[in-house]
Amino acid sequence: MEHGDHHHDHDDHSHLSEIELRVRALESILVEKGYVDPAAIDALVETYEVKVGPRNGARVIAKAWADPAYREWLRTDATAAIASLGFIGRQGEHMVAVENTPGEHNMVVCTLCSCYPWPVLGLPPVWYKSAPYRSRAVLDPRGVLAEFGVRLPETTRIRVWDSTAEVRYLVVPMRPEGTEGMSEEALADLVTRDSMIGTGLARQPEAVR
Amino acid sequence: MNGAQDLGGMMGFGPIAIEQDEPWFHAEWERRAFGLTLAMGATGSWTIDMSRHARESLPPAEYLTSRYYEIWAKGVEKLVVAVGLVSAEELTQGRSLADPAPIKRVLKAEEVPAVLARGGPAERPIDQPARFAVGDRIRTRTMHPQGHTRLPRYARGKTGVVELVHGGHVFPDTNAHGQGEQPQWLYTICFSGRELWGDQADPTIRVSIDAWESYLEPA
Repeated sequence: MEHGDHHHDHDDHSHLSEIELRVRALESILVEKGYVDPAAIDALVETYEVKVGPRNGARVIAKAWADPAYREWLRTDATAAIASLGFIGRQGEHMVAVENTPGEHNMVVCTLCSCYPWPVLGLPPVWYKSAPYRSRAVLDPRGVLAEFGVRLPETTRIRVWDSTAEVRYLVVPMRPEGTEGMSEEALADLVTRDSMIGTGLARQPEAVR
Repeated sequence: MNGAQDLGGMMGFGPIAIEQDEPWFHAEWERRAFGLTLAMGATGSWTIDMSRHARESLPPAEYLTSRYYEIWAKGVEKLVVAVGLVSAEELTQGRSLADPAPIKRVLKAEEVPAVLARGGPAERPIDQPARFAVGDRIRTRTMHPQGHTRLPRYARGKTGVVELVHGGHVFPDTNAHGQGEQPQWLYTICFSGRELWGDQADPTIRVSIDAWESYLEPA
């Protein structure tokens, strides 16, 4: 883990930004008072930097593509279907999977903060939490998709899910053509983070060969 | 509250800054701010709804010019002072000046996997039957509470259809203010783009929110 260069020059903080100093001061007060164990912070950070990420969600999607019974389970009880693969807990307590079809494309946003399904996608990218995406995803989703390079047929309806409660949404992208007979592992390589947010599509098999 | 967090439908923020191969954190202070927020959340000193309200209570100009983990760090600062764990003077001076206050629990590193796996489920048993069923037409209330709410401005006073019924969920509007969980039925409500944005809106668009029962009335 990258720790920066601040451990060996305690006397000169002039190179640190205001927010770096502010967060450092906050941590030192909370640690000094015994409210926070710095090793717990390390463990939290390591979890989301190393152990959790969109490969988890890609496994869910690949299994749904390959296994009709699993797909049906994901449709009717996504929380349990996802938990069966070991992806559980914080910010994924109440999951709903929404499936893209030729007629309708799903896209997820949290206009009010940064709600995002951590166990399957990891922590959200900066753009997901930023004002440009949060403001326009509900007003002009087709324009937002164009910024991501996604151009859908004009007849494809767009359905935006604003995560205003503790329910977390996972988009099931359409399975690309020409992937019949591919293993779940190979299918998972076609599933991008953005395709599970709805700001992207699954990759074509040629793209990963 | 009608704070800067309520961004749906605003204009003028420019293009979406998409970063290829984005790292999980962009600086060490972001790692610490993230970890501190979760570690302090695990002490049980406040609820997730109180956290969200602390962040959205930042003055709009400050909210909109702060990086996201900066908003989180500022939220923790407000909360530790609000619940009496740290004094404003200690934050200013950057060091502890008094004995610690009692705290419910302290998260240990070895407990992290279990605590994250447990998460914070928001579903609760609820006695009364659901007022609405899938397919019902509803209208969202027009309201502008001073405190926390999860009904975005763009979806107030709008007619939509109940699409999902999620069960009883903790009500953020009370839980953010120490008034208890007071669980209510939670629904997914779907609106047409034209209902939300007017006749010029793209007719192929639908938008849903998740809304607690008291946000809704029959249409």
